[in-house]
Amino acid sequence: MTPDEAVARLRSGMTVGIGGWGSRRKPMALVRALLRSTITDLTVISYGGPDIGHLVAAGRVRRLVTAFATLDSIPLEPHFRAARERGALELTELDEAMVMWGLYAAAHRMPFLPVRAGLGSGVMDVNPALRTVRSPYEDGEEFVAAPALRMDAALVHVNRADRLGNGQYLGPDPYFDDLFCRAADAAYVSCERLVETAELTKDAAPQTLLVQRHHVTGVVEAPDGAHFTSCDPDHGRDEAFQKLYATTPWPEFAGRFLSGGDESAYQAAVRAWREGRR
Amino acid sequence: MSASRAETCVVACAEAWRGDGEVLASPMGLIPSLGARLARLTFSPDLLLTDGEAMLVRPDGTVEGWLPYRRHLALVTGGRRHVMMGASQLDRYGNQNISCVGDWARPTRQLLGVRGAPVNTLNNPTSYWVPRHSPRVFTERVDMVCGVGNDRVPPGAVRFHRLRRVVSDLGVFDFATPDRSLRLASLHPGVTVERVREATGFALTIPDDVPRTREPTAAELTLIREVLDPDGARDREVTA
Repeated sequence: MTPDEAVARLRSGMTVGIGGWGSRRKPMALVRALLRSTITDLTVISYGGPDIGHLVAAGRVRRLVTAFATLDSIPLEPHFRAARERGALELTELDEAMVMWGLYAAAHRMPFLPVRAGLGSGVMDVNPALRTVRSPYEDGEEFVAAPALRMDAALVHVNRADRLGNGQYLGPDPYFDDLFCRAADAAYVSCERLVETAELTKDAAPQTLLVQRHHVTGVVEAPDGAHFTSCDPDHGRDEAFQKLYATTPWPEFAGRFLSGGDESAYQAAVRAWREGRR
Repeated sequence: MSASRAETCVVACAEAWRGDGEVLASPMGLIPSLGARLARLTFSPDLLLTDGEAMLVRPDGTVEGWLPYRRHLALVTGGRRHVMMGASQLDRYGNQNISCVGDWARPTRQLLGVRGAPVNTLNNPTSYWVPRHSPRVFTERVDMVCGVGNDRVPPGAVRFHRLRRVVSDLGVFDFATPDRSLRLASLHPGVTVERVREATGFALTIPDDVPRTREPTAAELTLIREVLDPDGARDREVTA
């Protein structure tokens, strides 16, 4: 399917998880498709990068569940920052490990999992709904009950996939993409290249098969679909473009790069920008 | 050869990992990164280092292990890691803030978010690096507790919670006081007690006799200048 066909399955008000980490292997083609739709009022769960920046700048997020938002080489995500500073974003701010255990809990159909993180920190103050749980064994230690982060849909981007939804990562870090898919009722996987099933393990070890088809609802071929975030080893982060994104007022950036009718219009606009820099 | 302030800071950061053995040194920021690699190359040869992505690497870049984020989080809870984090705000008990400045509900300045500071501080030894020591950083009260200080440790985590030291561009600090609040442990060369006092937004324990921070040896200076940071990036992080 196309990015727009995948996003057509989503609805306003849904809880959507987004894979990747910071400005790394983000399913940006799917995020851009979301921006072309009328979907809004989303609860978004993400180890945040420009996915968050795009969605909050466009006013599509009601609540964000995260431990951070960063562009990695540029430490602070400018649109996340601006939205927080103008009070335009509801935030569930959790520790990185709490997010991970929340994903595990959702993937395992558990209501929560205990985690030694959060107690003593401001995370408990800003999330008054968080509860603790005591070990039933001799130690009796008190833990945070990290609530399951169950979601209506997950969006992830991988290097290769087949039509059935078997997704493969070829970079150094799986991040939490398989967990996002397992924690969601529906998962949409975009990939750099769609290949035949046999080709997935022709030159790569089977443990690179990160996402399994029984957890995947739709597959989207989106070459450069993580742009401008990194998608190693297919391509690194487009640092020059990321800098442009971080320093250009959102209406101007969106008008220049995101106002075309589809993903190929975005890629054409990026190519034109690149040509113009030569 | 006399050392610059930045080079003294590199050594002060390196010293944080002395005697740690076979644990992961997790430095955040340039000076702590140089310090971790200096410690690994000299007095703490068993330290583990990462390439900043998902690989454990030896100082020459040879890959010796795989550490993607979810394994990294497991390593944190296993305690075999000593992280040196940054701090936008730090109070006398070592409560650290990297999330936001001002009221959390509508911050005047949104920063990174809590990241892994809550899980780090309850599970593995933690130190802090502050490149510009000022009353805005060393503050009476932090706006959001990310890293947990000595006065807020939950009982179950007391056995794992260890705030080791704080290194700033002015000196080295520890928590060796009866109430485990911040104490000046050593002054960097050329820095006075008065300057530290003025740059700290709360009353700091200052011993009668404050030693000087150890200066780099000639061999350490050579490593810093020729191997670890030949471009001199360290002098842009600490300019004094």
